[in-house]
Amino acid sequence: MSTLERSAGTRAGEEGSTPVFERSRPGRRAWSLPDPGDGVPLDDLIPASSLRAEPPALPEVSERDLVSHYTRLSQRNWAIDVGAYPLGSCTMKYNPKLAEDAAALEGFRALHPAADEDLAQGALELLGILQRALCEATGMAALTFQPAAGAQGELTGLLIMRAFHASRGETRHRVIIPDSAHGTNPASVSLAGYRAQEVPSDQRGLVDLDALRDVLDDDVAGLMLTNPNTLGLFERDIQEIAAALHEVGGLLYYDGANFNSIVGVVRPGDMGFDIVHLNLHKTFATPHGGGGPGSGPLAVSDRLARFLPSPVLVHDEGAGKWRWDEDRPDSIGRIHSWHGNFGINVRAYAYLRSLGPEGLKRVAERAVLNANYLRELISDSFPTPFQGTCMHEFVATAKPLKRHGVKAMDVAKRLIDLGYHPPTVYFPLVVEEALMVEPTETESKETIDGLAAALNRIAAEAESDPDVLHAAPASTPVRRPDEARAARDLKVRWTAE
Amino acid sequence: MDFIPHTPDDDREMLEAIGLGSLDDLFESVPEAVRLGRLLAVPESLSEIELAAHMTELASRSAGAGLVCFAGGGAYDHHVPAAVRALASRGEFATSYTPYQPELSQGVLQALFEFQTAICELYGMEVANASLYDGANALVEAVNLAVRATKREKVLVAETVHPHYVEVLRTYTSGLGLEIETLPRTDSGTVEWGAHDVSAAAAAVVQSPSYFGLLEDVAGAAAAAHDADALLVAVSDPTAMGLLESPGAQGADVAVGEGQALGNSLSFGGPYVGLFATKLSLVRQVPGRIAGETVDADGRRAYVLTLQAREQHIRRAKATSNVCTNQTLMAIAATIYLSWLGPEGLRRLGELCVRRTALAAERLGALPGCRIAFGGPRFKELVLETPLDATALTKRLARRGYLTGPVLGKHYAGMDHALIVAVTERRTEAEIDGLAEAIEKELAEG
Repeated sequence: MSTLERSAGTRAGEEGSTPVFERSRPGRRAWSLPDPGDGVPLDDLIPASSLRAEPPALPEVSERDLVSHYTRLSQRNWAIDVGAYPLGSCTMKYNPKLAEDAAALEGFRALHPAADEDLAQGALELLGILQRALCEATGMAALTFQPAAGAQGELTGLLIMRAFHASRGETRHRVIIPDSAHGTNPASVSLAGYRAQEVPSDQRGLVDLDALRDVLDDDVAGLMLTNPNTLGLFERDIQEIAAALHEVGGLLYYDGANFNSIVGVVRPGDMGFDIVHLNLHKTFATPHGGGGPGSGPLAVSDRLARFLPSPVLVHDEGAGKWRWDEDRPDSIGRIHSWHGNFGINVRAYAYLRSLGPEGLKRVAERAVLNANYLRELISDSFPTPFQGTCMHEFVATAKPLKRHGVKAMDVAKRLIDLGYHPPTVYFPLVVEEALMVEPTETESKETIDGLAAALNRIAAEAESDPDVLHAAPASTPVRRPDEARAARDLKVRWTAE
Repeated sequence: MDFIPHTPDDDREMLEAIGLGSLDDLFESVPEAVRLGRLLAVPESLSEIELAAHMTELASRSAGAGLVCFAGGGAYDHHVPAAVRALASRGEFATSYTPYQPELSQGVLQALFEFQTAICELYGMEVANASLYDGANALVEAVNLAVRATKREKVLVAETVHPHYVEVLRTYTSGLGLEIETLPRTDSGTVEWGAHDVSAAAAAVVQSPSYFGLLEDVAGAAAAAHDADALLVAVSDPTAMGLLESPGAQGADVAVGEGQALGNSLSFGGPYVGLFATKLSLVRQVPGRIAGETVDADGRRAYVLTLQAREQHIRRAKATSNVCTNQTLMAIAATIYLSWLGPEGLRRLGELCVRRTALAAERLGALPGCRIAFGGPRFKELVLETPLDATALTKRLARRGYLTGPVLGKHYAGMDHALIVAVTERRTEAEIDGLAEAIEKELAEG
């Protein structure tokens, strides 16, 4: 089976990677705009000194060539619509098409963000129902949709943490994160003006409770946790962790990157978390657009609600309407130009309404089932360093193949030739030659059987024919790019030769 | 409908293979005490037909979307060409992940490389990133870059920069101890840069066209900033860049903007796309992803994410930014849109905005008791002052079929009677006359 054909996106005599700028011919055009008509000379309206001296060198192409150029580019790209995408920690599940129809409705698509509340009641009601449902699913009391993605949710949560401590007359300096955390956690901690302090994992792959207790004191503002963690393991000491943190006055932050595995089964609020961000492009199946947009709503417990970014969406029971509450004296302030990635929230809402309560629980169950099943099928070739049932993902190691001179990256590249997108490699850092695999609930048993067979075949090839692994991928539009050269001979925009 | 393929036989066979008796056994590591033990109290599942009807009903109660849109303030009703919508919604773009495996991601990587090129061209800059969340976020990241580059902590922001952007800047940096100072406008509605002390600042921030739609003195701002060894951060409307001089040519060190107007729909405020471009000398301080060109093992042209050592997944607490997910799909739409327009189309677009805004200024400024605040020149927005309270007027105009605003009283003292009117290439002379007539009727009713 081949994946993206080597010739994908090319026509006879043309290189698939030709930038649109090289397809440009002076005077050719795709645009069609009204005639501005005769009027006063333009420089009566704009001083000549403000008019552009050199036009921007944008491409000049026909619409026909434009369409084929970008269609061919799209064909040089993997996507969940094309096939399995088992990237650990990324939750690349199927994105339902009905959600696209919903977001494209004129009442949503063409709505200006400054429109008065009375002119946007349908949109606000949608956000209102979604807000209540996400609070219910997380066990939180209040929520903001402003964060455009998880990392912006993290910053928002950390600033709320800061505002909470300040309201008690306290200045704290450190935020604790496990050594297996996503890189956004420490980066957000720094941006919020805190210092990140790592705690190690123990031999179970979980937060080392004794090591955590050693670093907890009244200078700790909070602890950021992903649960299940990035090893795909549920932090089973979560109640003890929460109690120890709360005892020193810290707040417990839930990074929702791995929420897909527990939705409808256990709620962050019931585990003792105070602040939760969700990645709607993960658990709530919104398309990730090649790396964005996402949506990172942030939910908080009752005692933190007053710090949420302003304005907050509230229901005016008397008037029977939804409205923006801007009278929020304790708010940390605005975090987005407008109301967050509304079009993504519409898709998440459509997904939520499609699944209902039973569907959401089935998501967590089948996501965990698929991960454990796949782990079992490949356990002889790619062992998992930590024992016990995994959650939605697991981290296996390609270390046994090292004696054949084969690395995790070679496994990933060979998998491409066998028809699958590779798992996440070399993360988390605590596992050597890591392969972090998350099949998600929307892949069928046959797909997982096929993926396992491909991985087991690769393990066999490592012994019998390691060169085929080192040379992989051979079926893609390009083979392994020279990343060192990209950074050394920096070329980050097109220029005429 | 839950989009899960498992049949009861699949469940049984898979559980057997892993040696478990039930689905509940999968969650043995979750302490009993914290398990939910009930279904979530969320609305019941709908079929596709029921869901479509429900969504249509909700959308129908967002009447603002059906009005003739003269609203502006950073989000605009520009035309989205059919080709842009068709291409940017292709599943191969829309449902792909971050291009960490370049062999399977050449389409997105090349589109981002083209995007960076187009943004450099618009802004007169040498390097652009692969997008940020929105205009406000791009401004924040530019200021943070300036703070790192200059090792200073004072930031001067013109009063005519989008007030939401300034609010976001204050929120984002509230933990970093920056000193953010506002530079007031003069009676002309613009900032007189020569009159302000810029010394010891990391950055000066100017927006042109400004929140009031006016052209600011970007070159003057750049001169003032550079005299004090500060960086000039310029917020610029990308749709003006076919007609107006680029921030780079006027001396800006970092150019940022909101890219919604480039082929992306209004969508009640998002998803939009933050534009960020600067000089090559600052490339290692740039936040977020950057696509770069290289060659593959066979010497073919290939694209990768490059200079990743700046980013959070490598540098963690010392990264240039915490941004990970960006707005790639909106950046791809912007790239296709700019390729559709080309330099001539973008210039035509700008000319249409300028001429129709001038026409609107003429018609609305002639209404009894009304005036256009500030003299101009202006690009695609004007500030209208009427004898009526602006918030009340926008509500009344909506009933007559016209969306206007934002109102200015919320952010600017003494401007309770002022509102923004934006005129894009989509607005016709008939619609401008219609708006004038609607305002006249409201004025008559008092």
